[in-house]
Amino acid sequence: MSRNSSFVLSRSTGLVFLAPALLFIALFLFFPLVWVLIISFTDTTLTGPAALNPSFVGISNYTRLFDPSRWMRLGNFGSALRNTVIFVLGSAVLGQVPLGLAIALAFHRRKGLLREIVFSLATIAWILPGVAVAFAWIAFLDRDFGTLNAVLALLGIPKIDWYFDYPLYAIIIFNIWRGTAFSMLLFSAALGNIPPSYWETADVIGASAWQRFKDIVFPLIRPNLFTALILVTLWTFNVFTPYLITGGGPLYRSETVPIYTYRVAFKFFEFGEGAAIAVVMMTINFILASFYLLMQRRRAR
Amino acid sequence: MKRLLGLFVLSLAVLVGVSGLAESIKLTVTARAVRGGVNTQLVEWLEDHVFPAFVEWMKAQGKDVEVEFIQFGGSDEALKQQYALDLKVGRGADILGFDGFWIPEFDAAGLVKPLDEIVGPQIWDWEGWAYIPQGMREILGYKGKVYGLALGTDVRVIFYRRDLFEKAGIIPPGSGLRWQPRSWEELLNTARYIKKVLPDVIPLQINAGTEMGEATTMQGWFMVLLGTGIHMYDFESGKWYGEHPGILEALNFYKTVYVDEKLGDARLQLISGARARTFELFRDGKIAMLVEGDWFWRSVLAPGSEWAIPNRNEVVDWAMMPAKEPGAGYRGQNFVTISGGTGFILNPNTAHPEEAWALMAFAFSREMQLEFQKIQPRIRSRVDVPVVGDPVMSEMARALLQYTTVRPMLPGYPKISYQAQLMTERVVSGQMTPEEAMAAYAEALKEIVGPENVIVVKAK
Repeated sequence: MSRNSSFVLSRSTGLVFLAPALLFIALFLFFPLVWVLIISFTDTTLTGPAALNPSFVGISNYTRLFDPSRWMRLGNFGSALRNTVIFVLGSAVLGQVPLGLAIALAFHRRKGLLREIVFSLATIAWILPGVAVAFAWIAFLDRDFGTLNAVLALLGIPKIDWYFDYPLYAIIIFNIWRGTAFSMLLFSAALGNIPPSYWETADVIGASAWQRFKDIVFPLIRPNLFTALILVTLWTFNVFTPYLITGGGPLYRSETVPIYTYRVAFKFFEFGEGAAIAVVMMTINFILASFYLLMQRRRAR
Repeated sequence: MKRLLGLFVLSLAVLVGVSGLAESIKLTVTARAVRGGVNTQLVEWLEDHVFPAFVEWMKAQGKDVEVEFIQFGGSDEALKQQYALDLKVGRGADILGFDGFWIPEFDAAGLVKPLDEIVGPQIWDWEGWAYIPQGMREILGYKGKVYGLALGTDVRVIFYRRDLFEKAGIIPPGSGLRWQPRSWEELLNTARYIKKVLPDVIPLQINAGTEMGEATTMQGWFMVLLGTGIHMYDFESGKWYGEHPGILEALNFYKTVYVDEKLGDARLQLISGARARTFELFRDGKIAMLVEGDWFWRSVLAPGSEWAIPNRNEVVDWAMMPAKEPGAGYRGQNFVTISGGTGFILNPNTAHPEEAWALMAFAFSREMQLEFQKIQPRIRSRVDVPVVGDPVMSEMARALLQYTTVRPMLPGYPKISYQAQLMTERVVSGQMTPEEAMAAYAEALKEIVGPENVIVVKAK
């Protein structure tokens, strides 16, 4: 059997059709990627003498990021990476995904006003523009004028200075609120795909809620659980909205890697160093994404 | 499909036609100024006085000109960021409100150019140059070239609330007496006393931290450091102080104020929007003493501004910042201050350099500057424009211009300034001891300017 006979088009014709798309990918994806990589080995800046005459500095941008004597100091790369890991674990892995699953389960096979209200509110939180949402959260958690503290005061609970004492927790809570809808909708759809006969059988044998979860829900939605975890982790790793709330501060205590990159590249105009951080970030994203694709492929087999 | 394509071509043709037909020249000006908000006086002056008069004047010469002011309400740092990005891609308004100390950094990157390179040597024919002294030209100058025209210069002082001082019994009510500390100890003692008798009031805010940006370096770090006898930079050797007993003394002053005795509120320095919150609290009588530039008096607290105090002249007064001890200050002074200045530069990418220069020269004519003096009296760059109508401004200038100094005009300065802000931040937040913070600062300095350009003086 000739290999080509299984295709409608010959390989060369196929390539011709693909050429425009490949060109676009090369121009807008591959070229910028390589460009960032090149810049990361230079001391390019936007202002100052190095802007006109950038020079090759080898891997010094990278070694500076990982300089063990100070990389964990507030406002340095290690500290930003640690914040990011806590932020991702807190708001994605322990926050959005379990909460989304919990809401989906709570309203599974139920109809009614409450479900509509909860689903609508969660979805609205997800689709509202970032700037408006950030402003609302600033107003909500402010120490002196915040709604939350006003309510707590009525209950006799002392004021909590969220953005100063617990900035990282504040953006974790914000991000759970902001993004739970995705997991909720995903799991809701997944649960909807479980054949009703399974539930009927469970009803007949009188299975407990935990047994139902363990023997029906978990095995059947495991692929979705995995998808949600990886996708939400990827997004959360790259999310920039917390910048609108805390600006990464105070004292860089809520500065995640994307915010750090922005500060170095676009506030200090250190394009070389900023590019190096971007390359490290891309590498981490690449590993996460490869893991995701690999598992997908394994599952497809 | 065909019809759509036709429409597209037609609209393109119309667009091209319109832009070709338009003979009127449009000029844009931008600065950190918002009507009714920050620097509202600048907007009022330009939009209500300069622009209409300029359009009229150009019309008389047969030129149709349109002028627009683009308001910018963000921080100085955000404006600088906007400019760097705009200029890099060859865009931006024709005339830019600019802080003088940005010039070296932008010039080194080729983003800004001297006036005569943009417009031509004819700029030197302008009548105004005869009235603008060398010192005022250097505010927006670099390496002997002039990049723009300064609106004026400034000085820094301690602003205090007379009403709180009278309430605390520091000044006898109605006496008209003024408060003036002679040393850090006297300043701190006043703060300690206020903390004791007015526990709801923050006694003293002196800027620290990176959130305040350059306001920390100018109104905070320099004002303290100069009091120990040194500057950040040694103008004679062209080197920077990395480690010095003076730096340590200055950091210990911060530690006393914010950490040990809590005479100031460190949170207020570090939280986002710190500067606006500080203005608010001073306006509301919650801060007794604040070290700020005269801009705070003539713009922030002035009538019509966002933080206006209606009876400003009665409740706000000022004192000179003392050296650590009399005679221990920079150049052996008893009191210290530092000056900077902002103004307008031409965008090298302007499509109408001649008209843009004409507008700038027009705004800096004696007549227009006198108009500005009516709205905001201050030290102007033209010697034929006196300070009128505000004795406080003239008194500040008279008392302090003799003590003043400036930042070094060097491309590396902004980076070093940031490191100084970071150093104060690490001390007032308790992250580091003054010794550790100074060591980290010296280390960063060496990386920025090279170890050979850093002075290290160990304590005896």
